[in-house]
Order: sequence, then structure tokens, then C-alpha cells
Amino acid sequence: MKILCAIKRVVDANVSVVVKSDGSGIDLTNVKVSVNPFCEIGVEQAIQLKEAGIAKEIVAVSVGSAKTQEQIRVCLALGADRGIIVDAPDDLEPLVIAKILKAVYIREEPQLVIFGKQSIDGDNCQTGQMFAALSDLPQATFASDLTITDNVATVVREVDGGLQTLQVPLPMVLTTDLRLNVPRFASLKNIMMSKRKQIDTVSTDELGIAHERHTETLRVERPPARTAGIVVDSVDELLSRLRNEAKVLP
Amino acid sequence: MSILVVVDHDNRDLKPVSRNTLQAAMTISTEIDVLVAGYECASVVKSVVELGVARKVIFADSQSYEHAIAENVAAIVCQLAPSYQHIFTAHTTTGKNFLPRVAALLDVQMISDVIGVIDPETFLRPVYAGNGIATVKSNDATKVVSVRGTAFDPIAAGTVATIRETLTNSDLPEPSPTKYVKDELARSERPELNNATVVVSGGRGLGSGENFALLEELADALGAAVGASRAAVDAGYVPNDMQVGQTGKIVAPDLYIAVGISGAIQHLAGMKDSKVIVAINNDADAPIFQLADYGLVADLFEVVPEIIQKLKENT
Repeated sequence: MKILCAIKRVVDANVSVVVKSDGSGIDLTNVKVSVNPFCEIGVEQAIQLKEAGIAKEIVAVSVGSAKTQEQIRVCLALGADRGIIVDAPDDLEPLVIAKILKAVYIREEPQLVIFGKQSIDGDNCQTGQMFAALSDLPQATFASDLTITDNVATVVREVDGGLQTLQVPLPMVLTTDLRLNVPRFASLKNIMMSKRKQIDTVSTDELGIAHERHTETLRVERPPARTAGIVVDSVDELLSRLRNEAKVLP
Repeated sequence: MSILVVVDHDNRDLKPVSRNTLQAAMTISTEIDVLVAGYECASVVKSVVELGVARKVIFADSQSYEHAIAENVAAIVCQLAPSYQHIFTAHTTTGKNFLPRVAALLDVQMISDVIGVIDPETFLRPVYAGNGIATVKSNDATKVVSVRGTAFDPIAAGTVATIRETLTNSDLPEPSPTKYVKDELARSERPELNNATVVVSGGRGLGSGENFALLEELADALGAAVGASRAAVDAGYVPNDMQVGQTGKIVAPDLYIAVGISGAIQHLAGMKDSKVIVAINNDADAPIFQLADYGLVADLFEVVPEIIQKLKENT
């Protein structure tokens, strides 16, 4: 079985991002970047399926500028077998990324396509589902457990009220939630080895996808700031203020 | 301009967040039709009719919608889509699951997690864990939008006489090969985290899953729901459906009490719109104090029992 893991390069989760004062967007100069944490969980899941003898090959794919090579390398060091970069602007919309990945899917013919459930920059939570619809594939989103037997994936999903279990025939699309696994760290040896693994770059022209835009971001602003209130000295003062000042307790 | 609102339900009750979604739709147009895709859920249809705000409620009645399988719900929404300029649903795990499929099949870029409506094609939405608020204009013919419930008031009941229309199997698209196996839903007598007026949340400071019993006792004294930070979920103290934050649930209760939570950006993204925030933490430098209305720098294991005792004395 071949697994395709879609990866996104994002600003690291520990960076406190700053909105540009002219309202044009987020200041991305010199900030630390990483593999989107949910995508990393996806790569770990693929590696575990390979270690279990269920998967034979793991292909990591990303859509973005040449800099995305760093994140594909990380995935190769973790255990992916080869990488694909679709050379494209970094700010494409999820719909266009889904169209590009569909073209890659048709070329690669994997049985399982894994996405992170959402990227921590755009917070859209769309690409995996859009890709599945365009590719006419069934999906299981927000996965916290996966078992594959006889070409059927049994997936436990994190839903608002608890958990839902589905059985989905392969080929299918999985999007990862936090508890699916804890990603490993790449060993130094694997980091060195990964430099010999292959990364192919393809253009969107070769895939026949146009860089269309469906939306315009008119501005990005800081959210209304919340200021620190007061530090109370005792439980009595806290309860008294909640009752008499904030009026949120009877 | 007519809008299709796909409502959240469990085949028995209309989920409260549906009323917030209807309110968001109402800011654009009063020409609202509601889709209830479900199985044998006449009580949900009845609730929509009783709200008196929709022109029509379309009930797609089939076993294939009983568990809101994304492929199936997306297919029926796409079948109805040509009659509408806007398609709205709540940004819940159900909405997030099926609505991107709808958008892709209509060749539309969906607008996710909308917190404000500027005009019929321009919306506000948070990015980077709420550190930025983007104003996004859609140039698509159909606007496909998921709504953050806490950003809109629940719609007030109206006097519109809602027409009922039922679609049965012969009118509906073929179901997906995906099979539903089971639900394991958290059963609790406490209010749902999404709509509770008071939320008590615990973080890594609780130290163990057993210690969450203390928070549950506090929650019961306040009639509150219990939430948790991602750190507490990651540490295995509590299940993920209790997670409040960027990638968990977004809450905005009247009173939010953060206990033993340091206040990572990702957690703040899920609760900073609460009306009143209380933080209890023994670390005076914890970031949570920078946005709490009332901070108590203390050992939670001493002060939480004291709060519970004093709340009980007062009743």
C-alpha cells in the first residue's frame, strides 16, 4: 500500500505572531517555521503503518515555494521514502491546493491520503475534505485511532460530543487529530540518511492547475485587546467581586 | 437573496448552535430555508417550524443522514445548492466535516469560522489562533460559510409560517460506502461546553486526572461545564472532547474560571471572548493573568475547596 502525506509549512506553534500595522497581514519576516503539527502526526501515522507491514511506501507532498524543501526533508528524516514539492505561491487557497493535490493523487495512485485536520496559520480546516470531494473519495476526519484490515479503515473520530467510529473502504482520506499518536523525533542518523532521499519538484503548469483566486483578504487586524484586570487577595474578595461587581454569580 | 442554513441536530433535538447560525444568516437576508438532513427526526423539524424564522424547512429523511456522514450530507446540500446564494452551517465537528466538500463540489472557496458579517460577500474570521482577524471578500457566486456560534446571539423566535417539505429516498443522492459503526458520547448531567453560561477549566496544574474531580465539584456548585487545556488533554488527564482552544472547542460563557492553566496562546484562542475571566494559578507570572479580569495567585488545592465550601454556604 502506498500512502500520500500532505504537509504544510507553517509558522511554528510557539511563535507569537504580530499583525502588521498597515493591516496587510501577519508579519512573517524571520519567524521560525515548522511542519504543521497535525501534518507531523499524519507522517507518524504513515510510518507506524509501514512499520506494521501494512504500508510499503510513504510519499510526502507539499505545495509551496522552494523553501518548503526544509519541511519535506524533516518528513524524510522521520521516515517518509520520498518527497514531492509542487512549486507554487505560499498563499494559495485551500480549494486550489486541493485541486493540485488531486492531480498528484492521480499520478501517484496511493490507497491512503493523510492530511492534518487543520493548519495552525489559516485555521481553515478544509483542504483534506475538499481534496476528498474533488477526488470522489470517502473521508474520515479528526481521527484519533486507525486500524486497517482487508482494505477497510476503521477510524475513531473526535466529534464534539465524544467519539464516532466509521468503517471506510480504501482508497480514502484521513485527517488527523491530536490523540492519534505522538510524533517521534528524527535521529541524527536518519537526518543524514534523508539527504540521499529523492525530492521531485513539479510545477502547477505540468499538473494543469491554474493559480486562480476566489477570495480577497482585504485586511488583517489585531483582535480587540483584553487587558489584565485585578489580582484579588482572597477567596472572599473574589466571590464578593464576582457577585457585586461582575454580577456573574447570584 | 436566499440562504440555505443546514442545522445541527442529533435526530431528536435541534442543537442550540443552530439558532446562532440562523442569526448570522439573518444579518444578510430574511429569505432563509433550513435543511434538516437526518433520519426520523420529526421533533427537529418541529423545533425549526416553532422558531418561526424560516420560509421553508426541507427535511431530507434517510438512514444515510442519521450519523451525518460527510459524503452523504454534502451530496444533498449540493443537490439543493443551485437555489441559493448563501449556504451557512455551524463551525462544529459536523459542519467542518461536510461543508468543505460542498464548497469543493460547487467550485467555491469556503469561508470558515466566521465571527462577523460585513456585507453579503464580506466576512470576518480569525487566523493564527485568533491573533489576527481577517476581513475576507468572496468572489464566488455562492458563498459557503461556517459560523462560529459564540460570535452571534441565538435568533429570537419569529412569526413566519414555515412550510414543510420532505424529501425521501427516491429524491436523494446515492449514499457513500462509508459505514457507521458506533458513537461513544460523553454522558454528563452538566451543561454542554459549547453553550454553558459558566465554564470551569483545568490545566496541567491539576497534576492528574483524579484531581479533575475537584473541578467537577466546583462546576456542580456553579452549574458549570468542565473544560480543559490541551496540556491537560495531552497529559492524558481528560478526554479530548473537553479541550478548549484553537484546535478544540471555542467557548464564550458569561464566566470562565481557568484553574491551573498557564495560558498558552492556543488555549486563549478558545476562551478569550468570555465575558468575565477568572484565573487561579500559583505562578504570578503565568500569561493567563494578562487577560483575566480577576486573578488569584494561590495554590489551587487550597482555594478551590474553599470556593466550593463558600458557594455551598451561600445557597
